[in-house]
Amino acid sequence: MTISRRGFLKGVTGSAVALAAGVPSVEAKMSTVLPPEAVGLLYDATLCVGCKSCMVNCKTKNSVPGGALYKEDLVTGVVDALICKKSEQTEPMAAPPYETGSIKGNEGIWDASQDLSGKTLNIIKAYRNGTGEKKDSPTNGHAFFKQQCLHCISPACVSVCPPGALLKDPKTGVVYYDAYRCIGCRYCQLACPFNIPRYEWDSAWPEVRKCQLCRHRYKDGKYAACAEYCPTGATIFGKVTDLREEAKKRFAMKPGAIYDFPIQTFNSRETTSRPVAAYADKVYGLTEAGGTQNLMLSGVSFELLGFSKNIPDGALPDLTWAYIAKIPWVFLGVAIGGTTLYAITHRKSSDSKEKGGHQ
Amino acid sequence: MIDFTRYVGPKMGGAFNKLLDDKHSEHLGIKLDTPFTRVLVLLILGAACVGGYRIIFGLGASTNMNDYWPWGLWIAFDVLGGVAMAAGAFMIAGAVYILNMKKFKCIARASILNAFFGYLLAAISITFDVGRSAVIWHPLIMWQINSVMFIVALHLVCYLTTLATESSPMVFEKLGWHRTLKFLHRIMVGAVMFGVALSLLHQSSLGANYLILPSKLSPLWYNKHIPYMFLVSALMMGFSMVSFETILTSKVFNHKASKAVIEGLAKGILCFGCLYFVMKTVTIISGPGLGALFNNGFLGFMWLLEMAVGVVIPILLLAKRANRKDIDTVFVVSILVILGVLLNRLNVGVFGVSDYANRVGSDYFPSIMEFILTAGMIAFAILGFKLCAKYLNLFPETEH
Repeated sequence: MTISRRGFLKGVTGSAVALAAGVPSVEAKMSTVLPPEAVGLLYDATLCVGCKSCMVNCKTKNSVPGGALYKEDLVTGVVDALICKKSEQTEPMAAPPYETGSIKGNEGIWDASQDLSGKTLNIIKAYRNGTGEKKDSPTNGHAFFKQQCLHCISPACVSVCPPGALLKDPKTGVVYYDAYRCIGCRYCQLACPFNIPRYEWDSAWPEVRKCQLCRHRYKDGKYAACAEYCPTGATIFGKVTDLREEAKKRFAMKPGAIYDFPIQTFNSRETTSRPVAAYADKVYGLTEAGGTQNLMLSGVSFELLGFSKNIPDGALPDLTWAYIAKIPWVFLGVAIGGTTLYAITHRKSSDSKEKGGHQ
Repeated sequence: MIDFTRYVGPKMGGAFNKLLDDKHSEHLGIKLDTPFTRVLVLLILGAACVGGYRIIFGLGASTNMNDYWPWGLWIAFDVLGGVAMAAGAFMIAGAVYILNMKKFKCIARASILNAFFGYLLAAISITFDVGRSAVIWHPLIMWQINSVMFIVALHLVCYLTTLATESSPMVFEKLGWHRTLKFLHRIMVGAVMFGVALSLLHQSSLGANYLILPSKLSPLWYNKHIPYMFLVSALMMGFSMVSFETILTSKVFNHKASKAVIEGLAKGILCFGCLYFVMKTVTIISGPGLGALFNNGFLGFMWLLEMAVGVVIPILLLAKRANRKDIDTVFVVSILVILGVLLNRLNVGVFGVSDYANRVGSDYFPSIMEFILTAGMIAFAILGFKLCAKYLNLFPETEH
């Protein structure tokens, strides 16, 4: 009996060692480096006139098979998740998911999004102060700003998703969502420092909704709809490395200088010539949460526009990785410590039993 | 008693008869048909209705959670709280099976079973909380080891299995399956050790869930030691839960709690309480500063309340040696600690993120259905424990 127990304990220790040795060898830590081919958007609020063309086209262009707002019928959605397979999406949607915005008389015939939601991936909001006369002025002025997923270089939502339903494309860096994997824990919503992922609270088989940078359109040589349909060049699409240079260049320019702003994409031949506005604050997205692929420029500081001011500069997944990396050692520690303690405490008792027997 | 051999054949019926034989627990005087039990059953039925409604109509129809409050009462109370309540089992199991402290053997079964129900409560609640309950098993086959939630999910399943294994001898004893019992006896030490490792990780992982929220969780609770603070507070709560449950069962069932055991548990509460007090104080001073407790309005008040009820008053009460021997004092202390730690989990899970959500104009108060499900879950745990006390040999080697 003693021998078999000792053998058994050896087995416990052995398997714990194997477990501890195996886990760290999985190179799983999230990357904090920008993929070389990464794409993104540059939104320059000083060029935005608030026409919301981006919102309209975001909604229609994403309500097609493969789009970020596409919704399968309930049965397909449930079956896909149950058999862990993504089925081909071909059936077109009846209508894009318009929001009534609780406006009387609006029975879903026009879209009245009030905020990002399970039906809205991209929204233009207005800032207004005092008389609101001067554009891009924090006092007595107004400004527009855009909210959507910023496509973090090291996304918190991807790192926290238990079944890996949120993923980062290794090539384009686009953060996208595979609905069939999702369990609906909504940890992504909690973890996102920008509060971007939204949930279909009304659905019995809900999905997480966020901008996926129109990745379903790349194969046709197209790009993000919000950039394609922006008439003023406020939103342009391009390689992140190019956009970073462009944003820094604009930020450094003297207000009033005439500049040819590209329209639609960074490399566009079409430009619009106009004076540079006075930029406030910083280029948003260079350092926030470890850097994002979408960048923003504004004439009014981002804090006044309602962007959270205490977003740390480092990559957020690193905060949890420090903890997760310790886990195998806990198993090892408990196995060794526990076995040792067991051996000590049980030897004593059997000794005393023997003594007791002899007396 | 009903003779099941008449209904389902001699083999199955015999097993049922053995399981439902409650001669060994007659001295406990547990009655099944009491007003209290009826209330429990009603609560469970209510929760079942809510659960069905939630599955059919979705989270938006049944809860008040929204995009700025993605986690509500079910996560903060049922999951964070339920798991913390279950921390006693691995310590008692470790003390008995690994450290060979025979004194605690009499409460080992009850505290392990208690933990089993705590975890079951958490598991059922989270199944209703996730939006796609039918595929909650996905993380088991779709590994994503960067995610603390994945770690939590895996641990929850492993530890539930471990707790079931640790509790199963009670069932097999009654069925008289000696070979299974012998096998279980041989793997018990390993199972206990596995359970200890899982529990240490699981308790701290729930705190580690919040590591990624430096800009959302209030600095009163956010700091990089939050996993360890969750662990230590859970240990404190674990001892309290075991002593609460030991004293309570001794009051309602006819059996006596051993004084030495209660004193040992009180020492445990005191020990981890002091450690937790130091951690809380040091993190608040080195983080946002003591002033933050008084400038933060409601949040500062919640912090002080949680600290006073769950930590300071219990430590002061237990500081005197005579009080640790006094069963009624330990009972009161246990209740205070349980309430205090539950409040801490609510603070982290619900109130701590309110600043962020309120800034963008959002509010949350649990819906009536959220309350009903939570109440039903608690009722389920109590009723389950009661049934096990009646039909299984839950309190071996106690004086009656």
